[in-house]
Amino acid sequence: MTAPVALRDASRVPARPGRRAGGRRRLPFSAWHLLLAPLSLGFALPLVWLVLSSVMSNAEINRFPPALWPKEIDLAGYRYVLNNAMFPRWFANSFLVAGTAVLSNLVLGSLGGYAFARMRFAGSRLLLGLMLATMVIPFQLTMIPTFLVMKRLGLIDTLGALIVPSLVTPFAVFLFRQFFLSLPRELEEAAWIDGCSRLRVLYSVVLPLARPALATVAVLTFLTTWNDLTWPLIAINHDTQYTLQLGLTTFQGQHHNEWSAIMAGNVITVLPVLVAFLFAQRTFIQSLTSSGLKG
Amino acid sequence: MPALSLRLRESATAWGFISPSVVIILGLSVVPVIWSFLLSLRADDLVTPGRWVGWDNYHALTRDPGFRTAVRNTLVYAGLYVPLSLVGGLALALALNRRIRLIGLYRTLIFVPFVVSAAAQGVLFSFILDPEFGAANSLLHALGISPQGFLTDPDQALFLLVLVSLWSGVGFCVVIYLAALQDVPPELVESARLDGAGRLRMLWHITLPALTPVSVFLLLWQFITALQVFDLVYVTTKGGPLGSTTVVVYFVWEQAFQMFTAGYGAAAAYVLAVALLLAGAVLHLYRRRHARATGQGAVR
Repeated sequence: MTAPVALRDASRVPARPGRRAGGRRRLPFSAWHLLLAPLSLGFALPLVWLVLSSVMSNAEINRFPPALWPKEIDLAGYRYVLNNAMFPRWFANSFLVAGTAVLSNLVLGSLGGYAFARMRFAGSRLLLGLMLATMVIPFQLTMIPTFLVMKRLGLIDTLGALIVPSLVTPFAVFLFRQFFLSLPRELEEAAWIDGCSRLRVLYSVVLPLARPALATVAVLTFLTTWNDLTWPLIAINHDTQYTLQLGLTTFQGQHHNEWSAIMAGNVITVLPVLVAFLFAQRTFIQSLTSSGLKG
Repeated sequence: MPALSLRLRESATAWGFISPSVVIILGLSVVPVIWSFLLSLRADDLVTPGRWVGWDNYHALTRDPGFRTAVRNTLVYAGLYVPLSLVGGLALALALNRRIRLIGLYRTLIFVPFVVSAAAQGVLFSFILDPEFGAANSLLHALGISPQGFLTDPDQALFLLVLVSLWSGVGFCVVIYLAALQDVPPELVESARLDGAGRLRMLWHITLPALTPVSVFLLLWQFITALQVFDLVYVTTKGGPLGSTTVVVYFVWEQAFQMFTAGYGAAAAYVLAVALLLAGAVLHLYRRRHARATGQGAVR
């Protein structure tokens, strides 16, 4: 990173009053744009190409050299994917699996986290240690026996096989525990003395204060379950039970060179995560930094 | 109300709160970890009754050229991906750490690939890098460079997978570094500037040392992530061409679910898990030492 030293960029100049973040003052032009604009466009280019090729006709894609810009918008790929392929079904499956995982991680994670943070019970230290230890077990080590456990339970090839392992993660329990420990006890004790049950205290006093923790668990759970391919690949054989990731992957394998349909399916696969990210960008970033830096 | 029954009631409530988590988490981790180990000491195809073979699977692994190739490919991948994602992430974070117009847009565009699933990345880049119909070769064509085999070329495939991983993985490093840059003490920077230190010297003597804990975290985190690469390989190359992209997790998956040698696959998974555990232990020890050295709690 060498920049001409003569540059006067805004960051080195102490902000004048009234120019804090959020103030819609126009900042001066900076030569940094010359570096950052092409770089960030380069990062965006593959995704732009993903969208463009999904609205091209196969004829345009299969020319050599292929067209880089569609002459006209052709939605044949989307029509095929939505009518002849099972993408709507896979979308529903993915949504069900990820949605269940988010809800149940919030409920079970906060219950477990609260018990570890605020309640004294026999065996709590041992259990806490055990759970902490499970956080370092990589999924690759447990995937073969997990497959066998699911097989014994008769869940292989059903959405249940995808839902059960993602119902609650030690990560969620710990994140809630850490957050609850950081809250002052007085509020809870007041409600407690008023005769509220533990459950009432948790749901009417504590959780309303725990929005950052709820958001972090929700975002990271959604991202990992929606995007997972490895476990569905192992647990699911029948295409009615596919998730979007698995469906897209097999669809690509079966439809060689029907790129516009494949890319239309790819857009459908990526869209929910992109929309969620663009709407809750701050939450996404905070989730990653808080969980990343605190381990 | 006697104290004992209160204590008992609290214990019962607490157990009610944690039992679902305990059953699911321990049932799907502690039990499988032991089961995996027992599997790795057997010759087992998950269908017919297996037989006990002791350490034979582990011995066979040390002599298996396929496993050796998988380990080598994984280390090459990690050896490129980890330092490049750290250096790239730091450089981009330094460039993005300023308040100019459109900076929010730049940050968004650089981070967005991170939320795209590995499967979707794999499908997208299979298309872009398709030797016949891909945009990459038509760009090269426009530049007058002869068409490449890309993912069908054993000499190129692994490096291209590193590039694809960087496209999506650098954003994570950028986000973490940007957050850490906010915590560099401004008075340090200010006093160095008053001393007349140039930009490079400030970077070298103040910013980088302040970022060391974060760099160590990212180094190990990205290493652990890189050792576990699988989805992208499965979608793009299936370990090919000629085994040039077979990584350890792909080897485990293939042994267990394609070749039906689950015991052998479990042994390979145990080798991987020990490597990951070592990386995790290094991170944990560093954090504890760092926390003691800086007098912080065990938060970071």
